[in-house]
Amino acid sequence: MSVSFIDGNALGGPLGEIFAVDVTVATSRCASCGRTDPVAALHVYDKAPGLVARCPGCDAVVMRLVRTPTGAWLDLRGCVTLRIPLPL
Amino acid sequence: MARTAVPGRLSWRRATLAAIRDETATARTLAFDVPDWPSHMPGQHVDVRLTAEDGYSTQRSYSLASADGVELTVQQVIDGEVSPYLVSVLKVGEPIELRGPVGGWFVWRPTDTAPVLLVAGGSGIVPLMAMIRARRVVASRVPFRLIYSARTPGDVIYADELRRPAGGLDVHYVFTRETVRRHIGVADVNTHGWPASFEPDCFVCGPTGFVETVADILVALGHQPRRIKTERFG
Amino acid sequence: MAPIGSQGSSSFCSVRGVGIVSPGFHGRPRGDQAGRLPPGQYLTEDFPVLSAGPTPRVPLDEWEFVIATEAGQDYRWRWSDLMAVASQTPTVDIHCVTKWTKLDTTWRGVSLDTMLEGVETAADYAFAISYGGYTTNMPLQDLVDGQAWIVYEFDGEPLAPEHGGPARLLVPHLYFWKSAKWVRGIRLTLADEPGFWETAGYHDYGDPWLEQRYQGD
Repeated sequence: MSVSFIDGNALGGPLGEIFAVDVTVATSRCASCGRTDPVAALHVYDKAPGLVARCPGCDAVVMRLVRTPTGAWLDLRGCVTLRIPLPL
Repeated sequence: MARTAVPGRLSWRRATLAAIRDETATARTLAFDVPDWPSHMPGQHVDVRLTAEDGYSTQRSYSLASADGVELTVQQVIDGEVSPYLVSVLKVGEPIELRGPVGGWFVWRPTDTAPVLLVAGGSGIVPLMAMIRARRVVASRVPFRLIYSARTPGDVIYADELRRPAGGLDVHYVFTRETVRRHIGVADVNTHGWPASFEPDCFVCGPTGFVETVADILVALGHQPRRIKTERFG
Repeated sequence: MAPIGSQGSSSFCSVRGVGIVSPGFHGRPRGDQAGRLPPGQYLTEDFPVLSAGPTPRVPLDEWEFVIATEAGQDYRWRWSDLMAVASQTPTVDIHCVTKWTKLDTTWRGVSLDTMLEGVETAADYAFAISYGGYTTNMPLQDLVDGQAWIVYEFDGEPLAPEHGGPARLLVPHLYFWKSAKWVRGIRLTLADEPGFWETAGYHDYGDPWLEQRYQGD
């Protein structure tokens, strides 16, 4: 039995406190294997002291988010690029 | 692409319970008054935060059940921390906090023209029902097929509404504990879903195990993985 | 600054970030258990499974635990080595930073004092590494003098994979994220190197009695 994960669309609320755009529809490129996925399709482990989003292909950590009483720690080292749709 | 405003950051806002509607013996729909609620897209969810008097707080995510306005359908979880409170304790006029609407990916837009396959496991029906309701509101002609897996007929949420589906919506139930114990399988999806050659948009929502099983079946039947959107409940 | 929800705040004060109270919402039972609950913790009877990723599967014939000193010296243990050494059965309370505490948990394992016997080092810190990539850090002095074990049984049964089996680190006087599941080694370091959660905002030391949850607490 493995801890189950949920989809990256669960990141929408926590990331929505930080970014003015919906990051879940952005496309991220995994720093480990190069695979691109919408952030909403990442595998998110939320039964943890923070949110850990992993690549659906290689399971490498793409993104981490910890919410403390005074702020948020966002680690995007596992993401090479984030392509965010924006209006003109 | 239509010009859309950048939404701005989300923050917690007060929501007051306005009405309650029983759906099944263990699920209720809660309608909330939320001042200045922006419109939302079907499939989106909200995060709910409850705070106790000593400052302790906890959060859960719930899908919006409605096409307009804030309605959440909560399934009571035995020994749950939040759902028993929402289903049985919170009274009309009392507040919770919510943040949203959240999520632009697991959504159906009436401008999408592909046929739609919705596969629901238990309370996974909620965001898919928002899509069905939005389709009815705009009188869309996009063909929809719903495969809804529930334990028994008594566990079907929105049963009355689904008995009178709008034209172009087909509903098929898979009961997993009614007479024999079974799980949704390839035959259910193959017979009651769309052929892969129709290139439908597929939305699968429910517990993680259910979603994995159905997504694997869809891929095995030839559907493109990128056309399969999932929302796992965990 | 007292974190939200800390024990002892009986009056509802308007601290920035405290939410709107929902009448009748109590959450999990929180109580002091005669001084055994650190501040902000609630008591649980079950054993929640938390993880930052998928559960690693490590066959026992491939399992290895390595203590690596700052001088590059390695001390390797295979499973048979671990089983051959005298074990202890500590009974301890464990405190997770996500606020649950479980009292009187029973384990079987080998004391780090035993495993560090004969290891020559001038290092002050330890960096634990796990199968699956998890890491965490602590002062070396917190691993000795009967404070830490490599455990392989919980509650009389072999440690289940979702709880860190075949073996995990157990350092119960610190928040439980320091008790690295699926541990495969400890690097002894001269400087404190933050691990997985420490680089994401969690405290480098993590004393539950001082409520050191986050960096800066």
